[in-house]
This record gives sequence, structure tokens and C-alpha cells, in this order.
Amino acid sequence: MTTAALQKSITTANALRCLECGKCTAVCPISRFNGSYSPRRIVSRVITGDPANVAIDPAVRTCLTCGLCSQRCPSDVKYSALTKGLRAEAFQYKNLPSCSHGGALQATMRIMAGSDHPQDRMGWVTDDLKISEKGEWGYFVGCLPYFDALFTDLESNSVDIARHTIRILNKLGIEPVLFKDERCCGHDLLWGGDVDNFRRLAERNVAMIRASGVKKVLTACPECYRTLAVDYPEVMGPLGFELVYITELLAERLKYIAGALGEVKRTASYQDPCRLGRHMGIVDSPRQAIGAIPGLTFREMRKSGRSAICCGTSAWQNCDAISKRIQTDRLLGAQALGADLMITSCPKCYVHFKCALQGESIPAEKKVEVKDLMVVLGEALAAG
Amino acid sequence: MATDVQTPDTKTGFTPRILVFACNWCSYAGADNAGVNRLQYSPNIRVIRTMCSGRVNPSHVIDAFRMGADGVLWSGCHFGDCHYSFGNYEAEKNFKKLAEMLRLLNVHPKRFRLEWVSAAEGIKWAELINEFVSDVQELGPSPHRAKNGTGEPEPPPEGSCESS
Repeated sequence: MTTAALQKSITTANALRCLECGKCTAVCPISRFNGSYSPRRIVSRVITGDPANVAIDPAVRTCLTCGLCSQRCPSDVKYSALTKGLRAEAFQYKNLPSCSHGGALQATMRIMAGSDHPQDRMGWVTDDLKISEKGEWGYFVGCLPYFDALFTDLESNSVDIARHTIRILNKLGIEPVLFKDERCCGHDLLWGGDVDNFRRLAERNVAMIRASGVKKVLTACPECYRTLAVDYPEVMGPLGFELVYITELLAERLKYIAGALGEVKRTASYQDPCRLGRHMGIVDSPRQAIGAIPGLTFREMRKSGRSAICCGTSAWQNCDAISKRIQTDRLLGAQALGADLMITSCPKCYVHFKCALQGESIPAEKKVEVKDLMVVLGEALAAG
Repeated sequence: MATDVQTPDTKTGFTPRILVFACNWCSYAGADNAGVNRLQYSPNIRVIRTMCSGRVNPSHVIDAFRMGADGVLWSGCHFGDCHYSFGNYEAEKNFKKLAEMLRLLNVHPKRFRLEWVSAAEGIKWAELINEFVSDVQELGPSPHRAKNGTGEPEPPPEGSCESS
């Protein structure tokens, strides 16, 4: 039996327009390594059979939701949107994702969704960062402190992304409001199919941001950005505040900061996060920011911008040997261009690449360094 | 979860509900030892036997708090005694990660413990449980239990991940 919610997602995803040309399967980064996985076949099963039968198939858990297939699709079938609908249905049938890191991150999100108890998450704010209690700009940090708690083996130091973001904002004359009791945006629960807990997180976060009185909310995480800007209004209606991605603001005000940047003598490449590039269409502003760093040689990846390949895993689920191969390919691709630094703008791409660099799948002499764009800019600012 | 059999604290009306993960080879046998020796200890614990303390994942403890546990004890063999050689080292590593995550979530540090109890340490087991229960009794009910919109406690949600 197909439920109304699933039927709606089939319609909004334009699934019925599918021409069965198979371009989606041809470009799919998973199908490249896993011959038995085919987005075309899944769409075809959805429209010719009972979609509920597809929802109980573990194959709905395979998609990276990176959106490369929709980029190539001649009929504008939004396969990621279809996957989101199928997974919400799959969750009802207990067709559950296999969560990375034992599901610790999903458990954290759910406990945040269920209880009003305040967190103690502001320990990373150092004295040199200027923040304010009230103001126009808010900064939604995301799960960075939790990443550092869990990924001690990777020495990820993800909160540095937030620290450098605030330093850059301070340089632009913005002292952002931080949300002391901000919860996870719920991106991973939504894309895992747990719509109920996603809604709870959305309600709590939106109420918290409205109460703080900020008019514009900055994020430096593409997943928070997409979730707050696109998925929250879907369940909450108009939010009453504006979402701004940090590089968009930077591109606008680059002239105020460009002179202050110190030289970075490195060759770098850029990994487009799928949420930022394809889902939200932001590909130019990160490149403008990278271009402003003096001394930095930029080499574009062979597949970049809206054609970029995903970092191999999304929403902390289904991380497997194929994820590792995608990550390894991506890093070796950057190294082959002569880059010694891979810049990304997503804290999760950063963690995934850090993990891929840890193993022995890439020989030591071919390993590049991975850094977040905010960290690269912040360090250039400190050197200036 | 079984019905509460113990009488609540007369002053506060609060009875701690404590979840224990005990490894098959040492801690569970240690609890058995306490029973065989007829040692009396607080009946506030529910024991889940795992094959190894290394099997327990941070998500199990976080989920336990969400589902209404007031405290969680994670126990296994002493170092060098692990049936699988290194499982308890894994447990210690994961417990450190868990402790940091629970600190961020503002869970009181006295609500979760990692302890090594061998099969011969029935007395240690009984004392440990008594001490832990009285610590949690002082702290009161856990504020982390998931509530629905009306403020009522939610029925325990189903598992969320395959093979976590």
C-alpha cells in the first residue's frame, strides 16, 4: 500500500517523467563500483510497481543523495527527493539504515529532540572571539563539538572551523549571536527517514532562533544550511529569519578582508560539498574566497562544481568499502593535479577525508592535507 | 521493562532505574557470584548481558538515557583478563568518547560509570551497585528522558539503526 506521503514525494520528485534513459546510473558514483545498484531501476520499479515494495528494499539505503543523477537527468527527476520519501516510508517498515560509528550521532540527535534539558556545548569559545548577546546576525554552529568528542582518533579538531569562522566575521565587523542551546539541525535523521524526530528538532531550533531575535542566521556547514533553508520551511512554514551561507557573505564583502590575508604558498584544490554545490547551487563564492588568498595556486578538480563527486558518505549511514574507494579516488585526483592541500567547505567531507587519509589505501607520498575553507582563510588572516 | 518491585524513597517518591551492561565472562559472573553468596544489594538495576564490554557502543548508553534510565553502568573484565584479549581496551576507548559526548549533553558525570568487575568479585559488585544507586538517588530523576508534546514520558522508541 502506498501512503499519501510517499505518493506526494513521487509527484514532487517528478518520478513519473522518467524516460528510463539510464543517465542517472551512468553517472552514479555508487553504481561505478557496485554494478548491482541502479537508480534507473529503482525509479522504474517505483512507477511500474507498488512503491511500498521498493521502500522495504535495502537498496533505498544505498544512495548518497548527492544529486549528481538529477544534474544529468533530461526530465528533471529529483532522485534525492524520491529517496528521501522512500526512506521515510522505509523507516515505518523498519527498513533501517546501518549507521556509522554505531549510531552514536543519531542517538545524540534523538536525545536532543526528546528533552528540553540545556546542553553544555559552549566550551570551545575562546576569549579572543567577539560574540554578542543580541544582534542582527546569528551563527548556527552545528554539531562540531560532538564531532570532536567522537572522532578523537582522527584528531579532527572540527571546532577550529567555528573559531575561524567567528574570527573572519569579527574582521568583517560582525559579532554574531551564538545559540547556547542549539540542537542538531536534524539533517541526518531526515535523510535516514526519521521524520518525527526531525520535526521535533526543527520546532525546537526555530523557536530558539526566533526567541533570540536575530534576523539573519549564518552557517558554515552546507548540511545545516540546506536543512534550515529548505527542509525547515517545508515542515514549519515561513521561518521569519533569513539563512546566509558564510561564503556568500564573504564574496559580498571580500574587499574588506582581502588586504588582510597573509600569503599561503601552497597548491590547493577544492571539494564541492554536494549539499552546497548541487542542492543549493553555491559553487562560485567559495572559489572567490579561495582566489583572494595571496600565494595560493588553485587547481580545479576534473569533476568539480555541479559535477563534483561526493565525498562518499552522507548522513552517517552506509559507510562501506565503496565510500572508501570514492574518497581515495577523490584525494588521489587532487594529488595528481599537483595539489598538496584539499580544501572543502563541509565539516563532514572534512571528517570523511581525514578518515580516508588515516588508512593505508593511499601511499604516504601521495597523501594531501585536508582543511576546511574557514580554517584556511582564518590561518591566512592570522598570517596577514 | 519489568514493573518496579522496590519501594520508592519515602521522601522524594523517586526510585532510580539503572541500566547495567555486564560482560558475559567476568561482570555477569561477578553478579552471579554476589547472588550465590547471598549478598544483599539494591534491586534498582536491570542487567543486559553482552558477550564483551567492547560490544557496548556509546549509542546504547545515550539511547538508554533517552528511554528513561537514571544511570548507566558499563562493566567488563579487568585489563589482561578479557576473554577476547582486547575488548575491554576498546570499551575504555569508547567510554572516553561517550563521556565527552555526555558532558556536552549535560548529563551529570555521576550518572554513568565504567567499572571492571571479575567473576570472583561478588562483594565488589554488591558494594558498587549500592554506591551507584545511592549516588543516583541523590541526583534525582534524569532530565534526559524523551517527552512528547504534552510533557508525558514517551513510550520507548524502537531501535533506529540496523546493527548498531
